[in-house]
Amino acid sequence: MAHADVLSPDAATQTDPQPFVIAEREFRSRLMVGTGKYASNAKMLEAIEASGAEVVTVAVRRVDLDRSKDEGMLHHLDPEHFFLLANTAGCYTAADAIRYARLARAAGFNEWVKLEVIGDQATLLPDTAGLLEATKVLADEGFKVLAYTNDDLITALRLEDAGAVAVMPLASPIGSGLGMLNPYAIRTIKQRLTVPVIVDAGVGTASDACIVMEQGVDGILMNTGIAAASDPVRMAWAMRRAVEAGRLAYLAGRMPRREVAVPSSPLTGMLDSPSSSPS
Amino acid sequence: MTGTVAAEGNVALTVNGAQRAIPAGWSLAELLASLHLDPRLVVVEHNGAILRDRASFTRIALSAGDTLEIVHFVGGG
Repeated sequence: MAHADVLSPDAATQTDPQPFVIAEREFRSRLMVGTGKYASNAKMLEAIEASGAEVVTVAVRRVDLDRSKDEGMLHHLDPEHFFLLANTAGCYTAADAIRYARLARAAGFNEWVKLEVIGDQATLLPDTAGLLEATKVLADEGFKVLAYTNDDLITALRLEDAGAVAVMPLASPIGSGLGMLNPYAIRTIKQRLTVPVIVDAGVGTASDACIVMEQGVDGILMNTGIAAASDPVRMAWAMRRAVEAGRLAYLAGRMPRREVAVPSSPLTGMLDSPSSSPS
Repeated sequence: MTGTVAAEGNVALTVNGAQRAIPAGWSLAELLASLHLDPRLVVVEHNGAILRDRASFTRIALSAGDTLEIVHFVGGG
Protein backbone atom coordinates (compact mmCIF):
# COMPACT_ATOMS: atom_id res chain seq x y z
CA MET A 1 0.00 0.00 0.00
CA ALA A 2 1.26 3.45 -0.88
CA HIS A 3 -0.67 4.98 1.99
CA ALA A 4 1.92 4.62 4.73
CA ASP A 5 0.03 6.84 7.15
CA VAL A 6 -2.74 4.29 7.56
CA LEU A 7 -2.50 1.58 10.17
CA SER A 8 -1.19 -1.32 8.14
CA PRO A 9 -2.92 -4.69 8.33
CA ASP A 10 0.10 -5.99 10.24
CA ALA A 11 -0.07 -3.23 12.79
CA ALA A 12 -3.78 -3.81 13.19
CA THR A 13 -3.14 -7.46 13.88
CA GLN A 14 -0.56 -6.61 16.50
CA THR A 15 -2.96 -4.41 18.37
CA ASP A 16 -6.05 -6.60 17.89
CA PRO A 17 -5.18 -9.95 19.46
CA GLN A 18 -8.31 -11.65 18.19
CA PRO A 19 -8.54 -12.74 14.58
CA PHE A 20 -11.84 -12.11 12.81
CA VAL A 21 -13.27 -15.58 12.29
CA ILE A 22 -16.64 -16.66 10.92
CA ALA A 23 -17.45 -20.36 10.62
CA GLU A 24 -13.78 -21.22 11.19
CA ARG A 25 -12.62 -19.00 8.33
CA GLU A 26 -10.38 -16.09 9.22
CA PHE A 27 -10.82 -12.78 7.41
CA ARG A 28 -8.26 -10.02 7.14
CA SER A 29 -10.63 -7.10 7.74
CA ARG A 30 -13.56 -6.51 10.06
CA LEU A 31 -15.02 -4.18 7.46
CA MET A 32 -17.14 -5.79 4.77
CA VAL A 33 -18.41 -3.73 1.87
CA GLY A 34 -21.10 -3.84 -0.77
CA THR A 35 -20.65 -3.26 -4.48
CA GLY A 36 -23.89 -1.45 -5.31
CA LYS A 37 -24.71 2.15 -6.21
CA TYR A 38 -21.29 3.25 -7.47
CA ALA A 39 -21.09 5.76 -10.29
CA SER A 40 -18.64 3.51 -12.12
CA ASN A 41 -17.00 0.13 -11.69
CA ALA A 42 -13.60 1.80 -11.62
CA LYS A 43 -14.67 3.97 -8.70
CA MET A 44 -16.13 0.93 -6.95
CA LEU A 45 -12.89 -1.01 -7.24
CA GLU A 46 -10.83 1.91 -6.02
CA ALA A 47 -13.12 2.36 -3.01
CA ILE A 48 -13.09 -1.33 -2.15
CA GLU A 49 -9.30 -1.40 -2.30
CA ALA A 50 -9.15 1.64 -0.06
CA SER A 51 -11.54 0.04 2.42
CA GLY A 52 -9.20 -2.91 2.89
CA ALA A 53 -12.22 -5.22 2.87
CA GLU A 54 -11.84 -8.87 1.98
CA VAL A 55 -15.54 -9.75 2.04
CA VAL A 56 -17.55 -8.00 -0.66
CA THR A 57 -21.24 -8.54 -1.22
CA VAL A 58 -22.93 -9.05 -4.56
CA ALA A 59 -26.53 -9.51 -5.66
CA VAL A 60 -28.00 -12.16 -7.94
CA ARG A 61 -29.95 -10.82 -10.90
CA ARG A 62 -30.99 -11.79 -14.40
CA VAL A 63 -28.45 -11.20 -17.13
CA ASP A 64 -29.81 -8.40 -19.32
CA LEU A 65 -29.74 -10.17 -22.67
CA ASP A 66 -30.52 -7.06 -24.70
CA ARG A 67 -27.55 -5.05 -23.47
CA SER A 68 -24.28 -6.62 -24.48
CA LYS A 69 -22.34 -4.07 -22.42
CA ASP A 70 -24.09 -5.08 -19.21
CA GLU A 71 -21.24 -7.00 -17.63
CA GLY A 72 -21.57 -8.90 -14.42
CA MET A 73 -19.53 -8.20 -11.30
CA LEU A 74 -17.17 -11.09 -12.09
CA HIS A 75 -15.76 -9.03 -14.96
CA HIS A 76 -14.52 -6.55 -12.36
CA LEU A 77 -13.95 -8.35 -9.06
CA ASP A 78 -11.21 -10.96 -8.85
CA PRO A 79 -12.64 -13.87 -6.85
CA GLU A 80 -9.08 -14.84 -5.93
CA HIS A 81 -8.57 -11.51 -4.19
CA PHE A 82 -12.00 -10.99 -2.63
CA PHE A 83 -14.37 -13.25 -0.79
CA LEU A 84 -17.65 -12.95 -2.69
CA LEU A 85 -20.63 -12.96 -0.37
CA ALA A 86 -23.88 -13.21 -2.32
CA ASN A 87 -26.98 -11.65 -0.84
CA THR A 88 -30.67 -12.35 -1.29
CA ALA A 89 -31.59 -8.68 -1.45
CA GLY A 90 -34.97 -8.01 -2.98
CA CYS A 91 -36.47 -11.28 -1.72
CA TYR A 92 -39.73 -10.94 0.20
CA THR A 93 -40.41 -14.60 1.00
CA ALA A 94 -38.35 -17.43 2.46
CA ALA A 95 -38.90 -19.43 -0.74
CA ASP A 96 -37.50 -16.64 -2.91
CA ALA A 97 -34.50 -16.12 -0.65
CA ILE A 98 -33.76 -19.86 -0.68
CA ARG A 99 -33.94 -19.89 -4.49
CA TYR A 100 -31.54 -16.95 -4.81
CA ALA A 101 -29.15 -18.50 -2.29
CA ARG A 102 -29.08 -21.74 -4.26
CA LEU A 103 -28.46 -19.83 -7.52
CA ALA A 104 -25.59 -17.99 -5.85
CA ARG A 105 -24.06 -21.23 -4.63
CA ALA A 106 -24.25 -22.65 -8.15
CA ALA A 107 -21.90 -19.86 -9.24
CA GLY A 108 -19.31 -22.08 -7.63
CA PHE A 109 -17.37 -19.80 -5.29
CA ASN A 110 -18.60 -20.72 -1.83
CA GLU A 111 -21.62 -21.81 0.17
CA TRP A 112 -21.98 -18.57 2.05
CA VAL A 113 -24.97 -16.28 1.81
CA LYS A 114 -25.96 -12.97 3.30
CA LEU A 115 -29.56 -13.86 3.85
CA GLU A 116 -32.16 -11.14 3.55
CA VAL A 117 -35.90 -11.69 3.69
CA ILE A 118 -37.46 -8.27 3.46
CA GLY A 119 -40.84 -7.59 5.04
CA ASP A 120 -41.67 -4.05 4.00
CA GLN A 121 -40.80 -1.93 0.98
CA ALA A 122 -40.74 1.42 2.72
CA THR A 123 -38.35 0.49 5.53
CA LEU A 124 -36.71 -2.65 4.07
CA LEU A 125 -36.99 -4.09 7.57
CA PRO A 126 -36.62 -7.86 7.72
CA ASP A 127 -39.44 -10.38 7.85
CA THR A 128 -38.03 -12.26 10.83
CA ALA A 129 -40.42 -15.23 10.51
CA GLY A 130 -39.40 -15.77 6.88
CA LEU A 131 -35.78 -15.17 7.80
CA LEU A 132 -35.82 -17.89 10.47
CA GLU A 133 -37.51 -20.32 8.12
CA ALA A 134 -35.01 -19.70 5.32
CA THR A 135 -32.07 -19.87 7.75
CA LYS A 136 -33.13 -23.33 8.92
CA VAL A 137 -33.56 -24.66 5.38
CA LEU A 138 -30.28 -23.26 4.09
CA ALA A 139 -28.25 -24.23 7.16
CA ASP A 140 -29.54 -27.79 6.76
CA GLU A 141 -28.33 -27.70 3.14
CA GLY A 142 -24.85 -26.80 4.28
CA PHE A 143 -25.00 -23.06 3.62
CA LYS A 144 -23.07 -20.68 5.82
CA VAL A 145 -25.85 -18.26 6.60
CA LEU A 146 -25.13 -14.69 7.68
CA ALA A 147 -28.57 -13.44 8.58
CA TYR A 148 -29.50 -9.79 8.12
CA THR A 149 -31.95 -8.97 10.91
CA ASN A 150 -33.26 -6.19 13.05
CA ASP A 151 -31.82 -5.28 16.44
CA ASP A 152 -34.09 -7.65 18.35
CA LEU A 153 -32.26 -9.94 20.78
CA ILE A 154 -34.79 -12.76 20.68
CA THR A 155 -34.72 -12.98 16.90
CA ALA A 156 -30.92 -12.96 17.00
CA LEU A 157 -30.93 -15.85 19.50
CA ARG A 158 -33.40 -17.80 17.36
CA LEU A 159 -31.23 -17.25 14.26
CA GLU A 160 -28.23 -18.62 16.10
CA ASP A 161 -30.28 -21.65 17.17
CA ALA A 162 -31.44 -22.09 13.56
CA GLY A 163 -27.84 -22.48 12.42
CA ALA A 164 -26.74 -19.02 11.30
CA VAL A 165 -22.94 -18.70 11.38
CA ALA A 166 -23.22 -14.95 11.98
CA VAL A 167 -26.04 -12.62 12.88
CA MET A 168 -26.21 -9.21 11.23
CA PRO A 169 -28.39 -6.74 13.11
CA LEU A 170 -29.01 -3.39 11.47
CA ALA A 171 -27.71 -0.12 12.87
CA SER A 172 -30.65 1.59 11.14
CA PRO A 173 -32.61 0.89 7.92
CA ILE A 174 -30.73 -0.05 4.75
CA GLY A 175 -29.44 2.98 2.88
CA SER A 176 -30.69 5.41 5.54
CA GLY A 177 -27.31 6.55 6.89
CA LEU A 178 -28.94 7.23 10.25
CA GLY A 179 -26.20 5.53 12.23
CA MET A 180 -26.83 3.26 15.20
CA LEU A 181 -30.28 3.92 16.62
CA ASN A 182 -30.10 1.48 19.54
CA PRO A 183 -26.65 0.90 20.99
CA TYR A 184 -28.13 -0.95 23.95
CA ALA A 185 -29.80 -3.51 21.67
CA ILE A 186 -26.64 -4.04 19.64
CA ARG A 187 -24.54 -4.45 22.78
CA THR A 188 -27.00 -6.89 24.28
CA ILE A 189 -27.06 -9.00 21.13
CA LYS A 190 -23.26 -9.11 21.10
CA GLN A 191 -23.13 -10.09 24.77
CA ARG A 192 -25.63 -12.90 24.41
CA LEU A 193 -24.66 -14.55 21.13
CA THR A 194 -21.87 -17.03 20.57
CA VAL A 195 -21.63 -16.57 16.80
CA PRO A 196 -20.09 -13.36 15.43
CA VAL A 197 -22.27 -10.25 15.36
CA ILE A 198 -21.74 -8.05 12.33
CA VAL A 199 -23.69 -4.82 12.16
CA ASP A 200 -25.17 -4.42 8.69
CA ALA A 201 -26.85 -1.33 7.30
CA GLY A 202 -27.37 2.24 8.38
CA VAL A 203 -23.79 3.41 8.92
CA GLY A 204 -23.61 6.88 7.35
CA THR A 205 -20.18 8.22 8.19
CA ALA A 206 -16.96 7.32 9.97
CA SER A 207 -18.13 8.26 13.47
CA ASP A 208 -21.11 5.90 13.05
CA ALA A 209 -18.76 3.05 12.20
CA CYS A 210 -16.50 3.86 15.12
CA ILE A 211 -19.35 3.93 17.63
CA VAL A 212 -20.71 0.64 16.29
CA MET A 213 -17.33 -1.06 16.74
CA GLU A 214 -16.98 0.43 20.22
CA GLN A 215 -19.98 -1.70 21.26
CA GLY A 216 -17.75 -4.75 20.87
CA VAL A 217 -19.34 -6.23 17.77
CA ASP A 218 -17.17 -8.33 15.49
CA GLY A 219 -17.50 -6.35 12.30
CA ILE A 220 -19.51 -4.05 10.07
CA LEU A 221 -20.96 -4.42 6.60
CA MET A 222 -21.74 -1.25 4.70
CA ASN A 223 -22.45 -0.17 1.15
CA THR A 224 -24.25 3.15 0.79
CA GLY A 225 -22.17 4.86 3.49
CA ILE A 226 -19.21 4.59 1.14
CA ALA A 227 -20.84 4.46 -2.30
CA ALA A 228 -23.08 7.49 -1.75
CA ALA A 229 -20.37 9.72 -0.30
CA SER A 230 -19.29 12.61 -2.52
CA ASP A 231 -15.84 11.03 -2.58
CA PRO A 232 -16.32 7.29 -2.06
CA VAL A 233 -12.62 6.45 -2.08
CA ARG A 234 -11.82 8.96 0.65
CA MET A 235 -14.81 7.76 2.65
CA ALA A 236 -13.64 4.16 2.26
CA TRP A 237 -10.34 5.14 3.88
CA ALA A 238 -12.23 6.94 6.64
CA MET A 239 -14.42 3.90 7.29
CA ARG A 240 -11.42 1.61 7.40
CA ARG A 241 -9.74 3.80 9.99
CA ALA A 242 -12.98 4.20 11.94
CA VAL A 243 -13.55 0.44 12.14
CA GLU A 244 -9.99 -0.08 13.33
CA ALA A 245 -10.24 2.81 15.79
CA GLY A 246 -13.54 1.63 17.19
CA ARG A 247 -12.24 -1.90 17.56
CA LEU A 248 -9.10 -0.74 19.34
CA ALA A 249 -11.09 1.55 21.63
CA TYR A 250 -13.36 -1.34 22.54
CA LEU A 251 -10.38 -3.57 23.30
CA ALA A 252 -8.67 -0.79 25.23
CA GLY A 253 -11.69 -0.35 27.51
CA ARG A 254 -13.03 3.15 27.76
CA MET A 255 -12.84 5.24 30.94
CA PRO A 256 -15.96 5.42 33.08
CA ARG A 257 -18.44 8.18 32.32
CA ARG A 258 -18.78 10.74 35.13
CA GLU A 259 -21.27 13.54 35.60
CA VAL A 260 -18.62 15.70 37.31
CA ALA A 261 -15.30 17.04 36.13
CA VAL A 262 -12.08 15.52 37.39
CA PRO A 263 -8.99 17.64 36.74
CA SER A 264 -6.17 16.16 34.76
CA SER A 265 -3.51 18.54 36.13
CA PRO A 266 -2.24 18.77 39.73
CA LEU A 267 -4.26 20.86 42.17
CA THR A 268 -1.12 21.61 44.16
CA GLY A 269 1.69 23.98 43.33
CA MET A 270 -0.51 26.85 42.19
CA LEU A 271 0.98 30.38 42.46
CA ASP A 272 0.23 32.60 45.46
CA SER A 273 -0.95 29.65 47.55
CA PRO A 274 0.52 29.01 51.03
CA SER A 275 3.61 26.84 50.74
CA SER A 276 3.04 23.28 51.81
CA SER A 277 6.71 22.67 52.47
CA PRO A 278 8.18 23.40 55.97
CA SER A 279 10.18 26.64 56.25
CA MET B 1 -32.73 -14.74 -33.05
CA THR B 2 -35.33 -12.90 -31.08
CA GLY B 3 -38.91 -13.53 -32.05
CA THR B 4 -42.23 -14.45 -30.56
CA VAL B 5 -43.14 -16.91 -33.30
CA ALA B 6 -41.04 -19.95 -33.99
CA ALA B 7 -40.04 -20.23 -37.63
CA GLU B 8 -39.93 -23.64 -39.27
CA GLY B 9 -37.19 -25.70 -37.73
CA ASN B 10 -37.12 -23.43 -34.70
CA VAL B 11 -38.46 -23.93 -31.22
CA ALA B 12 -39.76 -21.22 -28.90
CA LEU B 13 -38.65 -20.96 -25.32
CA THR B 14 -38.73 -18.41 -22.56
CA VAL B 15 -35.39 -16.93 -21.58
CA ASN B 16 -35.33 -14.45 -18.71
CA GLY B 17 -39.01 -13.77 -19.14
CA ALA B 18 -38.92 -13.14 -22.91
CA GLN B 19 -39.80 -15.51 -25.73
CA ARG B 20 -36.98 -16.57 -28.02
CA ALA B 21 -36.86 -18.82 -31.03
CA ILE B 22 -33.82 -21.06 -31.40
CA PRO B 23 -32.95 -23.79 -33.89
CA ALA B 24 -34.38 -27.13 -32.89
CA GLY B 25 -31.83 -29.38 -31.27
CA TRP B 26 -29.67 -26.69 -29.75
CA SER B 27 -27.99 -27.43 -26.46
CA LEU B 28 -27.85 -24.99 -23.60
CA ALA B 29 -24.19 -24.38 -24.40
CA GLU B 30 -25.11 -23.36 -27.94
CA LEU B 31 -27.74 -20.94 -26.69
CA LEU B 32 -25.26 -19.31 -24.28
CA ALA B 33 -22.69 -19.00 -27.05
CA SER B 34 -25.25 -17.33 -29.32
CA LEU B 35 -25.95 -14.85 -26.52
CA HIS B 36 -22.20 -14.20 -26.09
CA LEU B 37 -22.35 -15.41 -22.50
CA ASP B 38 -19.39 -17.06 -20.81
CA PRO B 39 -20.81 -20.16 -19.08
CA ARG B 40 -18.33 -19.69 -16.22
CA LEU B 41 -19.83 -16.33 -15.36
CA VAL B 42 -23.52 -17.22 -15.30
CA VAL B 43 -25.84 -19.57 -13.47
CA VAL B 44 -28.72 -21.20 -15.27
CA GLU B 45 -32.03 -22.42 -13.94
CA HIS B 46 -33.66 -24.78 -16.46
CA ASN B 47 -37.38 -25.40 -15.98
CA GLY B 48 -37.01 -24.58 -12.30
CA ALA B 49 -33.94 -26.76 -11.71
CA ILE B 50 -30.66 -24.99 -10.92
CA LEU B 51 -27.79 -26.44 -12.94
CA ARG B 52 -24.80 -26.81 -10.65
CA ASP B 53 -22.61 -28.66 -13.14
CA ARG B 54 -21.51 -26.44 -16.03
CA ALA B 55 -20.10 -29.46 -17.84
CA SER B 56 -23.69 -30.53 -18.35
CA PHE B 57 -24.48 -27.46 -20.47
CA THR B 58 -23.34 -29.18 -23.67
CA ARG B 59 -25.54 -32.18 -22.93
CA ILE B 60 -28.73 -30.33 -22.05
CA ALA B 61 -30.99 -30.23 -25.11
CA LEU B 62 -33.45 -27.37 -25.20
CA SER B 63 -37.06 -28.11 -26.08
CA ALA B 64 -40.07 -26.06 -27.09
CA GLY B 65 -41.70 -24.44 -24.08
CA ASP B 66 -38.60 -24.62 -21.87
CA THR B 67 -38.11 -21.85 -19.35
CA LEU B 68 -34.63 -20.58 -18.62
CA GLU B 69 -33.41 -18.10 -16.07
CA ILE B 70 -29.86 -16.93 -16.69
CA VAL B 71 -28.43 -14.97 -13.77
CA HIS B 72 -25.14 -13.49 -12.68
CA PHE B 73 -23.66 -11.41 -9.88
CA VAL B 74 -24.28 -7.68 -9.98
CA GLY B 75 -23.45 -4.86 -7.60
CA GLY B 76 -25.31 -5.07 -4.30
CA GLY B 77 -25.01 -4.51 -0.59
